[in-house]
Amino acid sequence: MRINPKKCVACGNCTYVCPMGAIYIDPLLQRATINRDECVECYACYNGLSKEVLPPATVRFVRRTLANFRVRFEPEPDVCPTTAFEPDKLEWPRVVRRAFSDPRVPHESTGVSGRGTEEVKTNDVTDRVGIGEVGFTIELGRPGIGARFRDFQEMSRALAAVGVSFEKNNPITTLMTNVETGDIREDILNEKVMSAIIEIKVPVERCEEIIRIVWDVEKRIPTQVVMGVGVRCDEDGEEKIVLPILEKLGYDPQRAKTNIGLGRKVIRDLTNAAPVEAFKELENA
Amino acid sequence: MTNTLHRYGKAETFVDDYIVFSLPAKSKMAGQTGDALAAQKRFMTIASQYHPVSLGDALHGGALRPTKSNSIFGHWGKRNKPNLRKVLAGMSKAGTMAAVFDKRENAEAFVKRIKEEELGISVNISSSIENAKNACKVAGIPRHSIAYSLGFEHVGDNTPGKQAIMLSTMCGHGMVSINLAQKMMSFVRENRRSPREAAEAMSRFCSCGIFNTTRAKRILEDVRIGVK
Repeated sequence: MRINPKKCVACGNCTYVCPMGAIYIDPLLQRATINRDECVECYACYNGLSKEVLPPATVRFVRRTLANFRVRFEPEPDVCPTTAFEPDKLEWPRVVRRAFSDPRVPHESTGVSGRGTEEVKTNDVTDRVGIGEVGFTIELGRPGIGARFRDFQEMSRALAAVGVSFEKNNPITTLMTNVETGDIREDILNEKVMSAIIEIKVPVERCEEIIRIVWDVEKRIPTQVVMGVGVRCDEDGEEKIVLPILEKLGYDPQRAKTNIGLGRKVIRDLTNAAPVEAFKELENA
Repeated sequence: MTNTLHRYGKAETFVDDYIVFSLPAKSKMAGQTGDALAAQKRFMTIASQYHPVSLGDALHGGALRPTKSNSIFGHWGKRNKPNLRKVLAGMSKAGTMAAVFDKRENAEAFVKRIKEEELGISVNISSSIENAKNACKVAGIPRHSIAYSLGFEHVGDNTPGKQAIMLSTMCGHGMVSINLAQKMMSFVRENRRSPREAAEAMSRFCSCGIFNTTRAKRILEDVRIGVK
């Protein structure tokens, strides 16, 4: 991403909306500037800010004039008043930043937009995590910190060392040069992304061991870790095996994604289904 | 993917936060067949009848989106408002489609209705564990699988600035920056923006439309009067 200096009026709105805090007003240039090493190419600035077309020279003049009276030009906080953001053409290896940071860009490896796979969200169709198994999603970089691939490698190597296998369709796994050792391509190790997820599946007996490994690695890497633990419920819809292990380790899970088991191998044919009407007053809800 | 799992907050802060989303199994190994997009269009159209806060199409966005103006007068123009019809009309490819509810009865009634529809696509509820459990109970569905969030390691319940984290993590992809959340909190405290305006400004950055403006407004009301 780049900011066109001919258009930027240094209003400062974009400095707040950048999730990585990588945009600042350069005091010499008097323009918004991107720290390219910290930018993860998430496009939050380009996609998220509303675009307006105020004339830059006039806005700068007005801003300078008002500043003399201690009055501030203040566009809406989610607006770039002069449409100054312009996407760069990204080359390898920088392109991986966007693949893991802009949720609208699908990974070629999985076809899934985002940073992981379907986890247990489609478990009712895929049976990916069965009874007696635990699927871990180990996410690095959130909230608003970011992570470099060398951090992921630290985690993947520690997990590989104890013989776990990585979810093969996961985007991080596809960037490994050796899934037995957890090594990731050397040319991307310094690339920074918003976040990404390492996915593994282990027997339930290894649940505590894996969590302790994550705790250990987390102390050595300069980012934040958040874990998701996916399990299959029993026939009554209860889960009484993994939750006690988590509680024993000091966790008190508050939130979860619950797959309610409506997925089937064959999606209903709606050709002759009775039509449904949308609620009439949809706008301005 | 929706990445709704790791919203920050204790269970009671999800009292008005139910995300019900559907997605097809894309892996060839899964062997799922049929018209997923048609099923998801029906899913979302039915959701619209249960007064959602937002509908979100992960590819195209939610009910509140950024705008583009071609006129200099656009700067002073009317701000855009939530538009659920645009979400329904824009669905062009099967993926993650989400409905966000702020009332328990609406979310539970929707889940019950979707069960009766037997669409065959996977449906998940992302909320507190209890909220999802109750919704399944009302619909008479045993839970199939569950993904627990273990929370951010070493980020405790009384972390300074926790309300900024609560606001920011409502976009699981991190598109709502913590800096923007803090700025909006300051704007509300200074009465420069109402909680609704501040919540809607943040919501426009959430590219899959799962940002819950009702929950955000409630958090911002607390911020205004200093409730921690």
